[in-house]
This record gives sequence, structure tokens and C-alpha cells, in this order.
Amino acid sequence: MKKLSVKSVVAIGIGAALFFVLGKVSIPTPVPNTYISLQYAVEAVFATLFGPIAGLLIGFIGHTLIDATSYGPWWSWIIASAFVGLVIGLATMKLNVEEGVGTKQLIHFNVAQVIAHLLAWGLVAPVLDILIYAEPIEKLFSQGLLAAVANIITTGVVGTLLLLGYAKTVVKKGSLTKED
Amino acid sequence: MAKVAILSYIKRKSPVHELTGTTKLIFFITWSVASMVTYDTRILLGMLIISVVIFKISKIRVRDISIVLGLAAVFLVLNNLFVYLFAPEYGVELYESRDVLLTIAGPYTITAQQLFYHLNMTMKVICVVPVALLFIACTDPSEFAASLAMIGVSYRAGYAVSLALRYIPDVQREYQNISQAQQARGIDLSSKDKFLTRLKNSVAILLPLVMSSLNRIETVSNAMELRGFGKEKKRTWYVQRRLQKNDWLTIGFVLAVLVVDLVVTFWDGSRYFNPFV
Repeated sequence: MKKLSVKSVVAIGIGAALFFVLGKVSIPTPVPNTYISLQYAVEAVFATLFGPIAGLLIGFIGHTLIDATSYGPWWSWIIASAFVGLVIGLATMKLNVEEGVGTKQLIHFNVAQVIAHLLAWGLVAPVLDILIYAEPIEKLFSQGLLAAVANIITTGVVGTLLLLGYAKTVVKKGSLTKED
Repeated sequence: MAKVAILSYIKRKSPVHELTGTTKLIFFITWSVASMVTYDTRILLGMLIISVVIFKISKIRVRDISIVLGLAAVFLVLNNLFVYLFAPEYGVELYESRDVLLTIAGPYTITAQQLFYHLNMTMKVICVVPVALLFIACTDPSEFAASLAMIGVSYRAGYAVSLALRYIPDVQREYQNISQAQQARGIDLSSKDKFLTRLKNSVAILLPLVMSSLNRIETVSNAMELRGFGKEKKRTWYVQRRLQKNDWLTIGFVLAVLVVDLVVTFWDGSRYFNPFV
């Protein structure tokens, strides 16, 4: 395995801290007792900026800390969180957001995040839940799909806006013009 | 935002506190694995009793963790409710027999098997809760990275965990500052606003937060690079302690629990203990 650069190490640490803090913030949704999970939008952006390993570890460390400080770890969903970061990171490796973010990049980012969330919450989490906790299949898949849709909307809206905001602050290559 | 209740390190003098972080990490992971593997009622009951005993020894009081326990209880109740709503006959399928105790309406009957399934499922979660809480409450966070390194995790990943623990309070403070500043400008995140507006409003807080985090990443990684972080293959830890007699005993004990767990669970070829047949 390629060694993690110092910058990735720090990005993972601070990304996981962000993931944790946002996971503890509750912004209500129209459905009672459910909250917007802003942490997945940030995880997606960090995975896009710092790559798949960073995405994976941000999800894993952040979610483990959230669970361990509230009600014991629910490993299947922790692994799904890590999986989201990994898939988004892999799918956006060739996406140079430092070079500017246009419609093409935004579509690419969103396709990646939709696939990642569908696989993670619609497949990885329920399958692990069946293996580990042996809960009824119907419950797990409805729960999983609901989570997938919620996270896709959150990441789609918030993640996209964050990327756009980020791109505005980066000075693009060749942005200086020579005076006559 | 109201102050969120977060479980953290509670310093006391107890045998559990005196164990090294490495021991507690191994215990916690093995315990989680043991509880995930089994669905055997006898094992789960045994683990539950042991975890309560350990909790007693640790001198952490129920009062210290009451909020966390409340959250866990709500979570468990909801989970049980959903399982029942979706599959009221699941226990019957699992234990291959059916003893109806009570009929509510339509497919919703209460069977002894379903109740037994819920009991097992709940115990499976509960027997990990005390151990997980103790792991957080009795382990000095600064010892955590050293423990991870000792069980073979790359020190870079361990350092990332340390950094996360170190920066959580900072990020939290920053979030509160930005959130209050934006609220003063009339940006609302509560249920008074429409859902999509709320989602868009959250960006007004997140964008400054992400930007300042990116700056922080830059600063911290430069500082670490200047101090030569990541030059060598190995790293030593200031807080690392050697394993004492009690550490070895604890590790031996938890491994024994895992072995018993695996043997009893898979001896008869089934993961479930079935008192009905």
C-alpha cells in the first residue's frame, strides 16, 4: 500500500472530527425523529479532494466515534459509512476540482455519490446487518433505501454547493494575464 | 445549538483505568466480535453479566453515563418496534415452531418465538454497550494512538485518530461560532423554515467551516512536516506503557470468552439456541 502523505493523515484526522461534530448536530427533517446527516456531504467533498483512502478512514473513524460515544458501535453501518467515502474517492480520482468546477465535474461528482450511497445503504449495510444481527430482510432493505435516498439528497444539494464554493476560492492555473 | 452530550474520558482510580489502552482496545474489539458472531442466548446472558460486573469494577457511576444510556434505550426500543412492524412472524421462522400468546389484529400476533427473538436481539446490543462506554470513559485519549500502533495499525492511521480526538472540541467551537453568526444574520436551521431552504441554509454554515478546516489542514500538516513526521517506518510513543500481569490476564480472559463463544455457537451447527424444539 502506498504510504499516506502527511497531508492525508491530517485531512483524515480533521475530516473525521468534522464528520463527528456534524453527526452530533441535529437538523430536523419532515419525518419525525430523523435528522439531516450533513456529515455525508462533507465526507463526499473530502473524499473528492483527498482521495479514496482518506474518504474511507474519515467515514470509519468519524462514524465509530459517533457510535462509541452514544450507544455502542453498530459495525455494519460504520462499514457502510467507510464504504461511501471509498467509492466516492475512487470514482472522483480523475476529477481535478482544483482546476475548476463546471457542469461536467458536478455531474461526475453526483453520479459518483448516488452510486456510492445506493451501494452502501441499499446493499452493504443491509447485507452486513443480516450476517451480523440477523434482522428481518424487509425491515433492513426499507431502512437502507430510506437512508440512501436521504443521504443522496443531502450530499447532492449540500455537497454540490460546497464544491462550487470551494472552486471559487481556488486560484486557477493561468488566471493571470500579462499586461500590455 | 444546545450543548450536545458527549461521552468522554472520566478520570478515576480503578483496576479498569489502570489497564493499558492496548488491553482495553483488544478487549473492546474482541468483545464486539464475540457478540456479533453469536445468537446463543446462554452466551449472550453470560456476556451481559460479565459486562455489568466489569462496569461495577470500573467505578464509573450510572449517573455519569445516564444520557448515553437513555439514547441507547430509545434506539433499542425503536429498533425492536420496526423489526416487529415489518416481520411479526420472524421469530416463528427462525425457531421453527409457533406458540401464539396473544392476537392483536391481522398478522400481528404475539408469539413466544417472536418475543424470544427480540430478547436475543436486544441482549446482543446491550452486552456491548457497557464495554463500549467503559472503553471511552476509562481510556486516556492520548494513549489511544499508541494502543492502535501496538496492535499493528500503521502509526499514520493511529495519528489520524489522535488528530480527530484532538480537533473535535475545536471544530465544535467553530461550528457554534459560525452557526450563531449566521443565525444573527437571519439564517435558520430549525423546523420553522422549509426543508429545502434549511438544507441550503446549512451550506452557509458548512462552507466557512470546511474552508477553515482546509486551512487548518494546511497549517497542521506543514507543522508536522517541519518536525519530520513520517520520515521513519516506526514511531515511539511517549505515553506507551508495557503490559503488566493484569493486562495479560485480561487479554487471556477475553480471548477465552471468544473461544467459548465460538465453540458453543457453532457446536451444533446452528447459530441460535432453540428452546422450542
